[in-house]
Amino acid sequence: MAELLSLEEAVARLVHDGDTVALEGFTHLIPVAAGQEIIRQRRRDLTLVRMTPDIVYDQLIGAGCARKLIFSWGGNPGVGSLHRFRDAVQHEWPVPLEIEEHSHAGMANRYVAGASGLPFAVLRGYTGTDLPAQTETIKPITCPFTGEKLTAVPALNPDVSIIHAQRADRSGNVQMWGITGVQKEAVLAAKRSLVTVEEIVDELAPRPGAVVLPAWVVTAVAEVPGGAKPSYAAGYYERDNAAYQAWDKIGRDREEFTKWLNELTGVKA
Amino acid sequence: MSNRYSADEMMSVAAARALGDGMSCFVGIGLPSKAANLARRAHAPNLTLIYESGCLGAKPSRLPLSIGDGELADTADAVISVPEVFNYWLQPGRIDVGFLGAAQLDKFGNINTTVIGSDYHDPKVRLPGAGGAPEIAASCGEVFIVLRQNPRAFVEKVDFVTSFGHGTGKGDREKLGLPGRGPTLVVTDLGLLRPDPETAELTLTQLHPGVDLDSAIAATGWKLKVSDDLETTPAPTEQELTLLRDLEKASA
Repeated sequence: MAELLSLEEAVARLVHDGDTVALEGFTHLIPVAAGQEIIRQRRRDLTLVRMTPDIVYDQLIGAGCARKLIFSWGGNPGVGSLHRFRDAVQHEWPVPLEIEEHSHAGMANRYVAGASGLPFAVLRGYTGTDLPAQTETIKPITCPFTGEKLTAVPALNPDVSIIHAQRADRSGNVQMWGITGVQKEAVLAAKRSLVTVEEIVDELAPRPGAVVLPAWVVTAVAEVPGGAKPSYAAGYYERDNAAYQAWDKIGRDREEFTKWLNELTGVKA
Repeated sequence: MSNRYSADEMMSVAAARALGDGMSCFVGIGLPSKAANLARRAHAPNLTLIYESGCLGAKPSRLPLSIGDGELADTADAVISVPEVFNYWLQPGRIDVGFLGAAQLDKFGNINTTVIGSDYHDPKVRLPGAGGAPEIAASCGEVFIVLRQNPRAFVEKVDFVTSFGHGTGKGDREKLGLPGRGPTLVVTDLGLLRPDPETAELTLTQLHPGVDLDSAIAATGWKLKVSDDLETTPAPTEQELTLLRDLEKASA
């Protein structure tokens, strides 16, 4: 059964130095507050996993929490580049960042294998590209039935997956709707999971098309209203596009970023 | 109303015209999304737009801020998971056109969105990466590419093949067993390029009005081949410009 915890306590209990951590969200319902709590608690040597690392991953990388990034598209969606990510890859600032690079289809299938309890997934992808030469976790495989050459990618089983959802009930059953990306797969693939939610309600009203994660597959639920801001939560609030644009200026400059980080962590300049 | 327009407007209009009514289109972010949404308003009301965030048949009233904009979900025929988009819809070849942008493009239509520079581990510029593009380029019926033409973007050989076009020439796709036909059209702010039927090398087949051939050649980082029947793109109509500007205004 999922435990209802504060965000601070949930991160303290579930996220450890050296862990492989996935904070998933496909533009919608990004667990920003949880990512920033990881920064506050100064976790180190994390392997961060995410299909679409965006500004909260830029913040985690800039804060020196990550040793490695497993991803398929890193950018500030609709705005431009992630400058902390670029600085870490190109100049090893503040620490070197190892990368393991995939396509979206590859990452999605790695989560599917992880959630399915299988060691790998098969897809018809990557053919002709330079990605397999750089990424150890892309290998050719031959279909045992037809002889077709395909691609195998290993399962992703994060130590902890963190997602944000609209609602949970008091038992810890989680309900989310709108664009739900790979969040269900990320939770089911993980050894431990944390779901931050906009609100905890007595009873979940059925919603057509909603994804429901029963309490027994979730480790902890934390009520964090606005926990996805500046991304959006369908039914609760819209994307704060100005904040995404403002991040470009902060992320571009090490000094500006350091000031931002000191404010977040309560360090006096 | 004045019939003056910018090179970017001509590019968006020309890219939109490439999409026919009734087609299904896997839409990349940025310029492809603008062109696809213009096409749906201008001449292709039954164009099915598919975004990798899981929005199938999106009909946004404005340009989405990103591929996961709530407007796409709210107006879609269905919202599905990301694994489903790639495994059930893209991979089996159910989608007619993949519409992509690029940071670098070479003369055989190979796309780079990964790194600029020859050393992957020590790049001159780290770009966002592959996203959905490698499998879009592999599995859609055909691929349209839209990007601004300049010698830094239009290179003899891309620094990194993120998405496979025609490799080193005609026949490479077949050899690799890639199901789709690959890039059939490149739309730029200067004109249109299409693969040569014999060699698959991108060849200039159309110039936009007022663009002279020398400037298109100068904007290309390889020795640009020019079609014997080089045509001029019809200028944007008043209706196209009005629709495009309304779309941009609604999205500002």
